Amino acid sequence: MKIVVPVKRVVDYNIKPRVKADGSGVETTGVKMSMNPFDEIAVEEAVRLKEKGVASEVVVVSIGVQQAQDTLRTAMAMGADRAILVLSEESPEPLAVAKVLKAINEKEQPGLFILGKQAIDDDMNATGQMLAGLLGWGQGTFAGKVEVADGRVKVSREIDGGTEDVSLALPAVVTADLRLNEPRYASLPNIMKARKKPTETLKAEDLGVDMTRRLTVVSVAEPEQRQAGVKVGSVGELVEKLRNEAKVI
Amino acid sequence: MTALVLLDHEEGRIRKSALSAVTAASQLGDVHVLVAGDAAVAQAAAAIPGVTKVLHAADAQYAHELAEPLAALIVSLAGGYDQIIAAASAVGKNVLPRAAALLDVQPIPEVVSIVDAETFVRPIYAGNALATVRSFDAKKVLTVRGSAFDAAPAEGGSAPIETVAPATNPNVSEFVAVYLSDSERPELESARVVVSGGRGLQSEEKFHVLEPLADKLGAAIGASRAAVDSGFVPNEFQVGQTGKIVAPELYLAFGISGAIQHLAGMKDSRVIVAVNKDPEAPIFQVADYGIVGDLFEIVPALTEALN
Repeated sequence: MKIVVPVKRVVDYNIKPRVKADGSGVETTGVKMSMNPFDEIAVEEAVRLKEKGVASEVVVVSIGVQQAQDTLRTAMAMGADRAILVLSEESPEPLAVAKVLKAINEKEQPGLFILGKQAIDDDMNATGQMLAGLLGWGQGTFAGKVEVADGRVKVSREIDGGTEDVSLALPAVVTADLRLNEPRYASLPNIMKARKKPTETLKAEDLGVDMTRRLTVVSVAEPEQRQAGVKVGSVGELVEKLRNEAKVI
Repeated sequence: MTALVLLDHEEGRIRKSALSAVTAASQLGDVHVLVAGDAAVAQAAAAIPGVTKVLHAADAQYAHELAEPLAALIVSLAGGYDQIIAAASAVGKNVLPRAAALLDVQPIPEVVSIVDAETFVRPIYAGNALATVRSFDAKKVLTVRGSAFDAAPAEGGSAPIETVAPATNPNVSEFVAVYLSDSERPELESARVVVSGGRGLQSEEKFHVLEPLADKLGAAIGASRAAVDSGFVPNEFQVGQTGKIVAPELYLAFGISGAIQHLAGMKDSRVIVAVNKDPEAPIFQVADYGIVGDLFEIVPALTEALN
């Protein structure tokens, strides 16, 4: 079984995002970019399934600008076998990405797509669900555990009140939550090896996908900042303030 | 204009964030709600003021709110609606994007403010920025953040209930089991007070130190990602960018340093209290009241002081 893992290049999660002065978006020029952390978990899960003999090949795909090549290299250093870069503008919308991935499905015919549950830049949390919808496949979103057996995948999902297990026919779409696994660091030899792994470059329009945005950003603003309050010296003082000043207890 | 709100529920109760979605929808026009499964929930939905019709998907395939059949059902009903809305709950986030794809619509997740029928505000980058976006899609598909809209009242209305015909089930998914943490405490996302613990709690055993305080305050218990990753509490306790978004009247953070991903989940609380032994912990920058000290002394003392 082949597994396809889409990966996104985003502002590194340790960087505090800065809103551009003209309110058109968040500054990405000159900012450290990395693989979306949830996508690292997705890559790790796919590589583990290959190591267990469940999967035969792991293909990573990124849709975006040329620099997403670096993100694909990282995924290959983690153990993915090959990569596909689909060139488009930076950070296309989930609907367009899902359509590109649907076209990739026709080309690659994987048994499983594993995606990160959300990208930490636009926080959309939508692409996996949308891809599953377009393909008419089952979706195991917010996965905390994935088991493949007998032509099905059992996914333990993180839900509001606890967890839920679902069983999906293969092929299927899984989206990775935080606790699915702990991604490995790529070793230096594997980073070197990844340089020799093949990357195919395509253009979104060659796949016949209309990438036109459905949402236009009117403005991006900083949220109202909270002011730091006071430090109090004792529990007694805290209780007094909560009672009489904040009137919250 | 009429909106269809997917009203998700758990153990026979309408989720509070779904009631917030009703409030959001009522800012746009008439509100119909869709209840999958539980007939008692459909009855309860009929009593929400402002709801003018309840669609009840009674068929067994909808009992567990599985995304595949439910999205297909929403698509079959979508023709008559200008907006499809749900809470940004686990169910809403699972089902609505799938329905949106089938409708060829780009969904707008986690809406915190409605500017007009085309324009919505949503947080991006873990709430470090607020994007105002305008949708060109003929139909809008949104999830709304419960903490940003008041919950609609539960009583006072009397909408008719209509049983809807099932749509074709893609038959690719099966419900196996659900494991809910049994708790007498209020739901985390809608609690008036949240008592939260981080890595500073040190262990699963020691995390229990927060319970008497939570009991005293009638509070829900939350946790930082570090506490969940360390196995002190299960994942459903997590507050933050990828966990629960809460905005209680009072949020007490014990042994939580305050990573931006955690702040994203609680910084809209009305009053924030932080207790941490590190005076430089970033949590103090958002806290109204802070105490630098050992939480294992402060928590029992605070519990005692509230007697």
